[in-house]
Amino acid sequence: MPTCFQFVKQMVMNRPALYLFLTLLCLVVPAIVENSWAVDVDVSTVQAADVSIFEMKRWSPYAAGFGIGVLSWLVFLLSDNTLGASGAYAKTAGMIERFFKGRQVEERAYYRENPPEIGWGWMLLAGVVIGSFLSAWISGDFRSVMVPELWEQRIGSSAFLRWLTAFSGGILLGIGSRWADGCTSGHGISGTLQLVVSSWVAAICFFIGGVLTALIIF
Amino acid sequence: MLKNMHSNRTVQLTLGFLMGVCFGFLLQKGGVTHYEVIMGQLTLKDWTVVKVMLSAVLTGMIGIYLLRIPGLVRLHKKSGSFGSTVIGGLIFGVGFALLGYCPGTVAGAVGQGALDALLGGVAGMLLGTGIYSILYDRLEKRILHLGEFGKITLPELLNAKPWPVILRVSTVIAVFLLVLEVAGG
Repeated sequence: MPTCFQFVKQMVMNRPALYLFLTLLCLVVPAIVENSWAVDVDVSTVQAADVSIFEMKRWSPYAAGFGIGVLSWLVFLLSDNTLGASGAYAKTAGMIERFFKGRQVEERAYYRENPPEIGWGWMLLAGVVIGSFLSAWISGDFRSVMVPELWEQRIGSSAFLRWLTAFSGGILLGIGSRWADGCTSGHGISGTLQLVVSSWVAAICFFIGGVLTALIIF
Repeated sequence: MLKNMHSNRTVQLTLGFLMGVCFGFLLQKGGVTHYEVIMGQLTLKDWTVVKVMLSAVLTGMIGIYLLRIPGLVRLHKKSGSFGSTVIGGLIFGVGFALLGYCPGTVAGAVGQGALDALLGGVAGMLLGTGIYSILYDRLEKRILHLGEFGKITLPELLNAKPWPVILRVSTVIAVFLLVLEVAGG
């Protein structure tokens, strides 16, 4: 028994991120399969007065924004870092490619400058999935949906078409976020709040590109 | 004490995760992990995304510049250029509208059960960032450094002290949010 315990402990200590990822899967996958629970938690609308702020489905955007602002203080203060999401995808892509092709992937100039390994930003992104899951789960907002309601109304109910568009969008988002060296959080919130010139330019370009494309497809 | 904390890998990985949990929680509560809310913003019908972002910027900006006075935090400036920031930003924008989530909110959307975010968005982003790692060499040589604007902040650009700029930016943000409320965005 002790050796078995030690083995588990050693594995978790050596590869914390891997086990965190597995825990995440264990949480999210059953939740997706068991999506019916979203319906029976929906008592929040009935007893609106007794609902705690954690059980509320939505907060005022200003409250959420204020919270993110305060969180950014802590990120600068305690981690000497910035809230940013997109870098973690590049690291994950590198880790996946290395898994299949071996160490030669690390020779690529991009990965020499940005080594594909688990770091602060990767843990942050893993945390975002869990945090959002907790929020949605507590408030009964968790629903596994392939085709969003708005998409269904405007474009149709084809899951394949929605997947294809989302996948293409994801590819462009991946390329664009690395090309511009940041995303809506890294540039759009963390950079602009420091008054960095390139971040203000980036945030404006994100929205110019986004609004023009959205107006064309909808 | 803070310096020791910054260099302790285990502490930082744990903090990163906990801060991520808070970030994801706030994004979900703010409503911005919903496809409808993001597309509402990009079609200029629902201004929730801008409200969340600008109130975060307002709060963050004042706090960070205050913490900077006693030297508790340092700025993390990113350099930029026309070739990198503008072109990359516009490509990002097109992807943003097709997917209906951005890199942070797509992770949040996965957490609340959006399968298009997981199977389409996250998968696409992994492929996209992988493609970028291959293109990087050539882009770096030819495009990324075109029209550089340097690693500077707005006060540095204007050759001004930070606080007058912060005051003006805060006023513009506050007035903009007020106008949005009055206009019922």
